[in-house]
Amino acid sequence: MTLLDIKELTKSFGGLTAVSNVTMHLNDNELVALIGPNGAGKTTLFNLLTGVIVPSEGTIAMQTDNGLQVLNKMKPYKVAQTGLARTFQNIRLFKDLSVLDNVLIAMTAKNKEGFFSSIFRLPSFYHKEAALRQEAIELLKIFDMQDQIDNLAKNLPYGEQRRLEIVRALATKPKILFLDEPAAGMNPEETADLTRLIRKIQQEFHITVLLIEHDMSLVMNVAERIYVLEYGQLIAEGTPTQIQQNERVIKAYLGGES
Amino acid sequence: MQQLVNGLSLGSIYALLALGYTMVYGIIKLINFAHGDIYMLGAFWGYYVINQLHFNFWLALASAMLFCALVGVVIEYLAYRPLRNSPRIAALITAIGVSFLLENGMAYMFSSNVRSFPQVMKVKQYHLGSVSISNIQILILAVSIILMILLQLIVRKTKMGKAMRAVSVDPAAAQLIGINIDRTISFTFALGSAMAGAAGVMIGLYYNSIDPLMGMTPGIKAFVAAVLGGIGLIPGAAIGGFVIGLLETLMQALGFSAFKDAAVYAVLIIILLIRPAGILGKKIKEKV
Amino acid sequence: MKKNLKYNLTWLAIMVVGYVVINLLEFAGIIDQFGENTMVLIGINIILATGLNLIIGFSGQFSLGHAGFMAIGAYVCALITSSVATPMGMAIGMIAGAAVSALVALIVGIPTLRLDGDYLAIATMGVAEIIRIILNNLKITNGPAGLYNIPLLATWPVVYFMVCVTTLIIVNFIHSRDGRAVMSVRENEIAAESMGVNTTKWKVLAFVIGAATAAIGGALHANYIQTIAPTDFGIMESINILIIVVLGGIGSITGTFVAAVVLGLLDMILQNFGTLRMVLYSLALILLMVFKPSGLLGTWEFSVRNLFNRFTRSTKQKGDA
Repeated sequence: MTLLDIKELTKSFGGLTAVSNVTMHLNDNELVALIGPNGAGKTTLFNLLTGVIVPSEGTIAMQTDNGLQVLNKMKPYKVAQTGLARTFQNIRLFKDLSVLDNVLIAMTAKNKEGFFSSIFRLPSFYHKEAALRQEAIELLKIFDMQDQIDNLAKNLPYGEQRRLEIVRALATKPKILFLDEPAAGMNPEETADLTRLIRKIQQEFHITVLLIEHDMSLVMNVAERIYVLEYGQLIAEGTPTQIQQNERVIKAYLGGES
Repeated sequence: MQQLVNGLSLGSIYALLALGYTMVYGIIKLINFAHGDIYMLGAFWGYYVINQLHFNFWLALASAMLFCALVGVVIEYLAYRPLRNSPRIAALITAIGVSFLLENGMAYMFSSNVRSFPQVMKVKQYHLGSVSISNIQILILAVSIILMILLQLIVRKTKMGKAMRAVSVDPAAAQLIGINIDRTISFTFALGSAMAGAAGVMIGLYYNSIDPLMGMTPGIKAFVAAVLGGIGLIPGAAIGGFVIGLLETLMQALGFSAFKDAAVYAVLIIILLIRPAGILGKKIKEKV
Repeated sequence: MKKNLKYNLTWLAIMVVGYVVINLLEFAGIIDQFGENTMVLIGINIILATGLNLIIGFSGQFSLGHAGFMAIGAYVCALITSSVATPMGMAIGMIAGAAVSALVALIVGIPTLRLDGDYLAIATMGVAEIIRIILNNLKITNGPAGLYNIPLLATWPVVYFMVCVTTLIIVNFIHSRDGRAVMSVRENEIAAESMGVNTTKWKVLAFVIGAATAAIGGALHANYIQTIAPTDFGIMESINILIIVVLGGIGSITGTFVAAVVLGLLDMILQNFGTLRMVLYSLALILLMVFKPSGLLGTWEFSVRNLFNRFTRSTKQKGDA
């Protein structure tokens, strides 16, 4: 089943077309990678899909519990509430808050609280708060972070900061998770851990994952399907084996004349 | 037309003051609240050297600029340098403290009485058709414009100017290529404070009265001017200063003098809503 | 659940005991009229500064217009109590003042809170000045002369009660889901937005709550000092409130309390120095900032829960030994 359907998506900044006529789709519970040389427009595409920038042309539609929804002109927080969560290339945690608070904030949107019950500390406030806390701790447990809950996010080691970003994104209960270069700055060992982690997420949470990554070993290892972007245009789509043999892709990465 | 002349001379004073705000902000991102009080010090310096030492106008102007430059450098060294790596708001509170100190220190030492500035120059009125313009107004306009051009030349053409621009864009990178950050910042304070000193002497001559609290309101207006034009940009400060000067005299001429400050703030807010980084400022969107 | 009740009851006990102790001291003559005067002013400053700390310290928005909202509360309440000079009038006046102030904050906040950092500061300062200039030119507010003979309704118990109420509202707001959402805006707006947090809404809400508490502070000020004029609510007043927030520690409500008390006492002591008073005050301010840039308490917060935890831990250790 197609979960996210992107049709003829284009974004131009002044005269520069950063993303041009991109048509792609993501299926339910699929693990897709988006690759391409530096400056190919991958992050711009992510930003278009998550509402950070508004597309010039084209449509983005997502299958939700309330039927098909067009995400084009939604604000980022609305897109997130519709079921699309992301991590960032340059880590963007809530640095001066605890690990637990980072996760709890991501759960806020789906767990509204009456202003008065929190001001007057009605019993319902404590019940809900305790339940949320429990849920957040359970989630952190899955990722072996239960011992860190009271630490400030900024005091975590780099690899764990990346992991916390993923946990935080999952706490919004997304249908689709976007990972923007999750292996950036990691050593081979950490990358191997991450590979396992991404698989685990796809299987245990039954969600769709779209991954931007430069680390080819990671991409070829986990992706079921790969899209290749060059100069803002899709130049190839296929399984890892197909992509590895695709001549245009090889040319784009290695350069050279045709 | 008459209002245009008045507005321009008032505006050039605001512009001179706004330059100091904008340069300091550009380089260390500090709203230097004490800047308006440097201008007050300049006026008082002029008052004393003219009365006691019988300096003529030009000598008073030059010595006030020198004096204020020195004061600016000392303030930066004592009060702002220790806070360079602290939260910006802490530095802002320190600047407010310095401002209080200058105002109240002067009031304590020299009493808070209003005194009249010595008239070193005979006022002459020139009439061009229906417009009358005094020699002092011409002087203010001319001196301000010359100083602004001079400043622009220093920033654009000299090595120190280049260093200033480099530090304001990226202090860490500037340090890596061998720029002495401390000296550059001191120089910026010296330049900005000298401009304020010049403005102080000229306003003394123009309005003919000075007091220890005279820097407060023009200081805030000049800061508004700097923000209006696009803070951190020297031409922006000049434009902002003239816009506010003209707006104020216009409101006064239309008989809304009670609302002239409100008009200034209203224009400020409207411009910021349309252009969030001021008239000449470019809003840099954070990269995701 | 029982624990929560215990914490809340402890807080209630602290508030009641504080009130009783201060009254006893007054009865015993240790706190005189002058001392009570200082306490009332400190109390009003606490109300003003906790509201501003919510805006600056927790939502991370730099407002320099607090005095404008204070002025709205002061004038609305003064006008109401001048015709209904009863405690009931005072209550209505405070509620009405807070409501008007919140409404103005809402109207002003939605467009201006898009600005960042110092641009927002200068825009909010402009708003406050416009409010002041309007008060200066209206007939009902009696122009530059202001209002006088306002009934003395903000007595010490009223102020003490209102300090408790506003602090309770703000602290409970901060320590809730809403408060976490507000803090996420301060921490990283882009990340918050992509986690489904409607950042504009939370920024505006924090600003509105801050404005409403400023109005309550203003209302108490008017009904304690008994005369108000537009010049009382200038930029300098906004800056004085800002100083309390920064000096105490941005993001620490406990710090705001400490700073308001310290500054209040400092002011009381410096009364004896005459004209030298402001010189010493400004020197103290500069030195405090140079040597303690994160404020007196940083982001440290007094918490009954931690106190209990520490207590139980230390008794356990004793038992082990």
